[in-house]
Amino acid sequence: MTLVALDGVGKRFASGTEALRGVDLRIERGEFLSLLGPSGCGKSTLLRLIAGLAEPSSGRITRAASRQVGFVFQEATLLPWSDALTNVRLPLRLAGVARAEQEARAAEALAQVGLGGFERAYPRELSGGMRMRVSIARALVTRPSLLLMDEPFAALDELTRHRLNDDLLALWAGSGVTVVFVTHSVFESVYLSSRILVMAARPGRIAAELLVEEPAPRPAGFRTSAGYAALCRRTTETLEGAMRA
Amino acid sequence: MRRWADWLAPALVGLLVVGGWEAAVRLLEVPAYQVPGPVAIARALVEDWPLFRSSMLVTLRIALLALLLAVTLGGLLAVLFAQSRWVERAFFPYAVVLQVTPVVAIAPLILIWVDDVTLSLLICAWIVAFFPILSNTVLGLNSADRNHVELFRLYGATRWQTLRLLRLPGALPFFLAGLRVAGGLALIGAVVAEFVAGAGGTGSGLAFRILEAGYQLKIPRMFAALALISALGIAIFAVLGLVQHLLLGRWHESAMRPEG
Repeated sequence: MTLVALDGVGKRFASGTEALRGVDLRIERGEFLSLLGPSGCGKSTLLRLIAGLAEPSSGRITRAASRQVGFVFQEATLLPWSDALTNVRLPLRLAGVARAEQEARAAEALAQVGLGGFERAYPRELSGGMRMRVSIARALVTRPSLLLMDEPFAALDELTRHRLNDDLLALWAGSGVTVVFVTHSVFESVYLSSRILVMAARPGRIAAELLVEEPAPRPAGFRTSAGYAALCRRTTETLEGAMRA
Repeated sequence: MRRWADWLAPALVGLLVVGGWEAAVRLLEVPAYQVPGPVAIARALVEDWPLFRSSMLVTLRIALLALLLAVTLGGLLAVLFAQSRWVERAFFPYAVVLQVTPVVAIAPLILIWVDDVTLSLLICAWIVAFFPILSNTVLGLNSADRNHVELFRLYGATRWQTLRLLRLPGALPFFLAGLRVAGGLALIGAVVAEFVAGAGGTGSGLAFRILEAGYQLKIPRMFAALALISALGIAIFAVLGLVQHLLLGRWHESAMRPEG
């Protein structure tokens, strides 16, 4: 079932820059879709269009009626004056959910991302990886059907990123949520996705599509397996081809 | 160790200056009506303490009331300005006009227009105190992180929710910095207005004591009143600093102790 459908979507900024042209895209329920491309290819803009944070200049976006969106930004974007629990319950607070339920569900979401016991910690008391976990918990607290992530792990060190990749995959596999994940890392997109859309720049467009048919969560040792290496090579070649075209 | 040094160094400097001053006055035999020594000033302070105490309370009351007014009106205006660029553009220049016109120049007018002297003193002190609060809070309200604003939009926050949960807490450090400046300015405004009101006023604040002692050539008393004004200013600054620390405590860089 299609959650969001884009037909011939283009986006031109007020400055005249054409960020996207002719994007056709179907986001299917339950998939883990990566948007992979170099910086400036419009992948973040595409994600914002999907989220409804921006309007397309041309084309049409159709969204399933029963859709709750969670969004994870490049930075954790936590409110520095609120502790972890208060940050996580923010979306529920804005929706007018009762206080007791806000707290129960926020605590549950924090536990889900492995941060049980950190409810009262302030953002500046947490490491970069933990802050990002809080941010993911905040996105999950509304129990979204669609989780949009804009290069969420780009600023983290590699080991932390790998662990968060694994945890994200486990969360995704267990919950049935649909994920759209923006990244410029070939390795990350192959490791996480069930489908990769390779994007090209000037103007931003979808250049190729790759399916990754591997079990999720990935088996132990997948990162060092020959299969993973082969997939990464294929994806890199596709990306390079798209950038030349 | 660090905290001791924070206190000890300025205390030592103070002692040296006061001691040197007293020694110079005595050795050079400067008469007290030209420059009184610290001992003579302290004596004047103790002898006339009941008088000084009530004067101090009068000035302090004006300054604090003006500060309270500045916080309320400056804060409310800031929220209003932050609601629309148009309102801000239309009204901000007039706030600036009020700020750049020296209060000494406006004070006589206000004293003429407003019958009640206390009220006119209050207005003068308010005029100088409110601008830093207004301009800092406006800046703070408009400094909300772009991603935070989008986050609130994404979750369908109302204007009021965005103001209460995002813009106001984000403006707090800016507001508090403005408040510390305004605290000192409120005192200066009150003192300046008292000077202008002079003998025509009800004449009981610290500035009036300075004028009065000047006419009577009681120079140590002038210095004593001056010292009290400084002490008040320092006290206001310190209390507002404490407020800042308590409110920003765990989240803002400015309130953090250096690590290690």
